[in-house]
Amino acid sequence: MEWEIVIGLEIHVQLSTQSKLFSGASTRFGAAPNTQACAVDLAMPGTLPVPNEEAFRYAVMFGLAMNAEIGKRSVFERKNYFYPDLPKGYQTTQLEQPIVGAGEVEIHLEDGSSKRVRLHHAHLEEDAGKSLHEDFHGMSGIDLNRAGTPLIEIVSEPDMRSAAEAVAYLKKIHSVVTYLGISDGDMSQGSLRCDANVSVRLKGEEKLGTRTELKNINSFRFVERAIKVEAERQIDILEDGGCIVQETRLYDADKNETRSMRSKEVANDYRYFPCPDLLPVVITDNYIEELRELLPELPDAKAERFQSEYRLSAYDADQLTQERTSADYFEEVCKSCEEPKLAANWITGELAALLNRQEISIQDSPVSAQQLGGLIVRIKDNTISSKLAKQVFEAMADGEGSADEVIEKRGLKQVSDTGAIEQIVESVIAASGAQVDNYRKADESKRPKMMGYFVGQIMKASKGQANPQIINKILKEKLDALL
Amino acid sequence: MAVDTQTVEKLAELARIAISEETIEEVSDRLGDILQLVDQLQAVNTDGVAPMSHPLDEVQTLRSDAITETDQRQSFLNLAPQSEEGLYLVPKVID
Repeated sequence: MEWEIVIGLEIHVQLSTQSKLFSGASTRFGAAPNTQACAVDLAMPGTLPVPNEEAFRYAVMFGLAMNAEIGKRSVFERKNYFYPDLPKGYQTTQLEQPIVGAGEVEIHLEDGSSKRVRLHHAHLEEDAGKSLHEDFHGMSGIDLNRAGTPLIEIVSEPDMRSAAEAVAYLKKIHSVVTYLGISDGDMSQGSLRCDANVSVRLKGEEKLGTRTELKNINSFRFVERAIKVEAERQIDILEDGGCIVQETRLYDADKNETRSMRSKEVANDYRYFPCPDLLPVVITDNYIEELRELLPELPDAKAERFQSEYRLSAYDADQLTQERTSADYFEEVCKSCEEPKLAANWITGELAALLNRQEISIQDSPVSAQQLGGLIVRIKDNTISSKLAKQVFEAMADGEGSADEVIEKRGLKQVSDTGAIEQIVESVIAASGAQVDNYRKADESKRPKMMGYFVGQIMKASKGQANPQIINKILKEKLDALL
Repeated sequence: MAVDTQTVEKLAELARIAISEETIEEVSDRLGDILQLVDQLQAVNTDGVAPMSHPLDEVQTLRSDAITETDQRQSFLNLAPQSEEGLYLVPKVID
């Protein structure tokens, strides 16, 4: 039997406004507990919410970026449930008339293919506070700083068919919101959170299987693992003749398994109704058009431009445009060296490896775009070999200055002086009697391979600075003269 | 529309309201009376009428994104039955 996995994602994105969705309290991350929870956030009697204009602006920008319909009249509703980190006893959210309607986005997969994923809608809502279950004499501690922080919840159609597609979609959303500058997209701080609805069905079957909702997946890697392990669990059950129970499940990253959240057994019955404290929010066509004008170049458009303007491959263009900061860095490097292909290789190769090792992002790169551009100029004009370029790169990463400074200080300039190279070649040949003998006796077809030994010795003797093309030329002449 | 006692129990649980055994019949009857009124409303033909989300025919005013609140944590914590290290303490809840 061949199974098909069907996935829809609900992504919560924290908007990077200064103040909360309905109050003037700060949304800054990391403040002392409850110092940013005001009377409105605490649901003190007599308080009234007033929506934040910027949150609407961000939500509309997102909708435009997703080619979605914009809700010109959007309505807040109350979603009723009790939990200590929700002082009002309801979350103010949108349901029937959200700010962003249906849309569509293209995702790019590792194998180079792409696919369209439909957006069901996206709505504005407030975040809840945080419960801390550590030791407070058997009690829970509540921090309401996050209560009321504006979120957009982005709901996809069940259009994804593998964990890899779900990750590609999540990355796309991440990339769009960070390009727009409406969120910092930091998953480790909870600025971007993801729930996945997962079901399986036999290939060719039209009807969707019973789904489960996976909560608590807080990194790109976990999204992939959680979906895979949940799909396997469902397939095992179905193949044993069992049934899937529609429920909310928690992903446990340590054990790499999902488990049922029993507390959600009392069926989700949120008794939504329009919030009487808030009037409908009306957005004009003018406002929408003004925002459309102000939209920055988005990842897909940028990737296309990188292909046409810099002649990059689709793969490189996609890699470099996933994050706006990498794209900006790349363009900065190109400005100073005019070698887009080399720039792309260095950024996705050596630089990416360095940033990975140091666990930092490109805006904190120890090697600036100008420095990398300077290095590429020196590779291009043959001042240094690409092998030594790596050494120069490492030195720049250690704060030794520009490429020219490092090359000068360390004396790494490539030697293209034939006389000097000839001397080294001669001394190496003189010191390698046995290898020369073998070379002479060998069949002609094997000789080119055998030259490798001599090249290695010559490189070593020249401390890697001899120009490889010149070595090859002189070496071949000298060895052939001995035949 | 009549409301059975099971529905009342479920609603009471969702709303975290305690309803005693003795009063549950009376509550069901009263809710049933209210729903009869709702039934009358439901009977009205509303084809082509947009749902009303608010009784006032007004549009929401938005505020600009500025921090206008100051930290008043201590005054708020003083109102809570229990607090510690700046946190409100509540009976343990965990999923």
